[in-house]
Amino acid sequence: MIVETAVFYLFAAVMLIAGLRVITARNPVHAALFLVLAFFTASAIWLLLEAEFLAIALVLVYVGAVMVLFLFVVMMLDINLERLREGFWRNLPLALVVGAIMAAEIVAVIAERYFEVASQAPPLPAGYSNTRALGMLLYTDYAYAFEIAAVILLVAIVAAIALTLRRRKDTKYQSPAQQVRVRPAERVRLVSMPAEKDR
Amino acid sequence: MTDSMLSGSFAPVLPEIFLLAAACVLLIADLFVKSERRTASYVLAQLILLGCALLTALVSTYSLRRPVYAFGGLFVGDQMANLLKLMAYLATAMALAYSREYLLDRKLLKGEFLALLLFALLGIMVLVSANSFITLYLGLELLSLCLYALVALNRDSAASTEAAMKYFVLGALASGLLLYGMSMIYGATGTLTISEVAQHVAKLSGNAAQRPFLVFGLVFLMAGIAFKLGLVPFHMWIPDVYQGAPTAVTLVIGSAPKLAAFAMAMRLLVNGLLELAVDWQQMLVILAVLSMALGNLAAIAQVNLKRMLAYSTIAHMGFMLLGLLSGVVGGNWRNAADAYAAAMYYTIVYVLMALGAFGVLLLLSRAGFECETLEDMKGLNRRSPWYAFVMLVLMFSLAGIPPTAGFYAKLAVLSAAVSAGQVWLAVLAVILALVGAFYYLRVVKLMYFDEPADTTPIAGSGEMRLVLSANGLALLVLGIVPQPLMALCFAAIKAL
Repeated sequence: MIVETAVFYLFAAVMLIAGLRVITARNPVHAALFLVLAFFTASAIWLLLEAEFLAIALVLVYVGAVMVLFLFVVMMLDINLERLREGFWRNLPLALVVGAIMAAEIVAVIAERYFEVASQAPPLPAGYSNTRALGMLLYTDYAYAFEIAAVILLVAIVAAIALTLRRRKDTKYQSPAQQVRVRPAERVRLVSMPAEKDR
Repeated sequence: MTDSMLSGSFAPVLPEIFLLAAACVLLIADLFVKSERRTASYVLAQLILLGCALLTALVSTYSLRRPVYAFGGLFVGDQMANLLKLMAYLATAMALAYSREYLLDRKLLKGEFLALLLFALLGIMVLVSANSFITLYLGLELLSLCLYALVALNRDSAASTEAAMKYFVLGALASGLLLYGMSMIYGATGTLTISEVAQHVAKLSGNAAQRPFLVFGLVFLMAGIAFKLGLVPFHMWIPDVYQGAPTAVTLVIGSAPKLAAFAMAMRLLVNGLLELAVDWQQMLVILAVLSMALGNLAAIAQVNLKRMLAYSTIAHMGFMLLGLLSGVVGGNWRNAADAYAAAMYYTIVYVLMALGAFGVLLLLSRAGFECETLEDMKGLNRRSPWYAFVMLVLMFSLAGIPPTAGFYAKLAVLSAAVSAGQVWLAVLAVILALVGAFYYLRVVKLMYFDEPADTTPIAGSGEMRLVLSANGLALLVLGIVPQPLMALCFAAIKAL
């Protein structure tokens, strides 16, 4: 019990520090790596809550795929950091004030409900698989929402292609289909020419 | 088919399923269309809209008396949803007709434009019929994602790209706020289904310890709604996006999505959190006053017509709120149906006015020329008396001058506010509407009393001229005989 609590606070602390570093790191590559760290610790906290599927999906999908792509993009693009940071310090005081007010309000509202609550979630029954439970929910109760999420992905594909695909007229490309279908007669062109006279 | 059979089946969702399948077909079929004018794709898109309308009419016969639920309560089909869906089809079909020539001139009429437009419509339908926070949010994202892409569709224009970027970043922020609010409400009530949220809120709202928690979530929900409606102080994106986007896309953004935003407000505030009306009505009062003041005053300073209409949108949405905020008076709901029906009527009429106004801008634009400044409206009467008259009707309607529909919409909303005892608010609204009349009438003055700077004859395809004329006349007719549409709105709200 105490060990679990200690582990939770450890991961939570690491996650918060990593999250803070994501927005304060000078180097965008470092920021992306801190985001990876934040994802890892978040998945560890999910593991503590016995949500194995979500934990693994988070590592596989976000760390494995999304963040790698993200790192690629960050490294490929030549981003002028100084220009991006121009407004940061200037707007920081205002942002801090607004943020502090928001945080204080949230604490004031939530504190009395949650800070004293120390209840433990009931233990899961033996043989309970949360992958199965998620699957059951997704494909029955939430089938409609699941389908709409799929449509959103489709729209993302269509939009990405519509916004970035450029057909260049001057590129020389090969058409394998035409290459395969070619007939001998098309490869050799016989030109009848009058024989040249000897000098 | 009995009601019980229907509630367990996919039947109420037929229009959505049809639209999704048909949009995918269009996306593929368009690859095989060779012609530059894309007539086949265009006609197919219009037919799809017609099919949706027929299916919605069919489905609506089942939900006349009471709402039908599908997919375990994620989806609700009621009269409000059906009416708003039909209006959204109409708005989309009109937007297509208006924007076709404009897009052809700029080589933007591609299959992707049509597909994204239809997917945006699907998002509107999902949002309008949402009975769960999840479907509401997904519908909103589907709609927004399509709109971001449409704004950026003109890739070579720096202004469009900048507008899309602003829209995207601010939209993502607003989505975050909305989700945060939803999670708060979920934390308090333990359910995502809006009709169940309402039951829990009714129990919890009396509890002094729970109420602040709910109101806290409500604040964030309100921020999300205000962003979508474009209310001050969440309006920053509107002028830039309206101006930066190609006019055809501005037309799309300014029309059907307003219906969706209205539905979103109705679902969250009225269906879900009616017990908290005392709290959200106060918030709406602030939003309404700020929006009407800033919208009307800032519009005066604009030279760019698109920007002027953007500020006018802000002012109009603020005016529409007068209806939404006068539903419940001191725990008494007798006024509610009248007030919400007035707000719904206002929204529908506003959509028609926005379609017409941007439609005229599209009509006057041609290849290599964007009609977007006040100068471009000079002497329109000399060039085409009929379209000058249509624009006159549109401007009178936007300003709220009788006998146009805009006048009746304003009257209905004001009378709702007065009967709710918000007299000072109604007076303020009238004064600000009078201020607003200045910039609408300035357009009329330019059209009728100034010499044309540019005497090119007005082009525009036959169908566009026809629809635009019908649009202008409809506003006149709706102003003289508003009762049928008002009765539909009233019935829709009554059946909620």
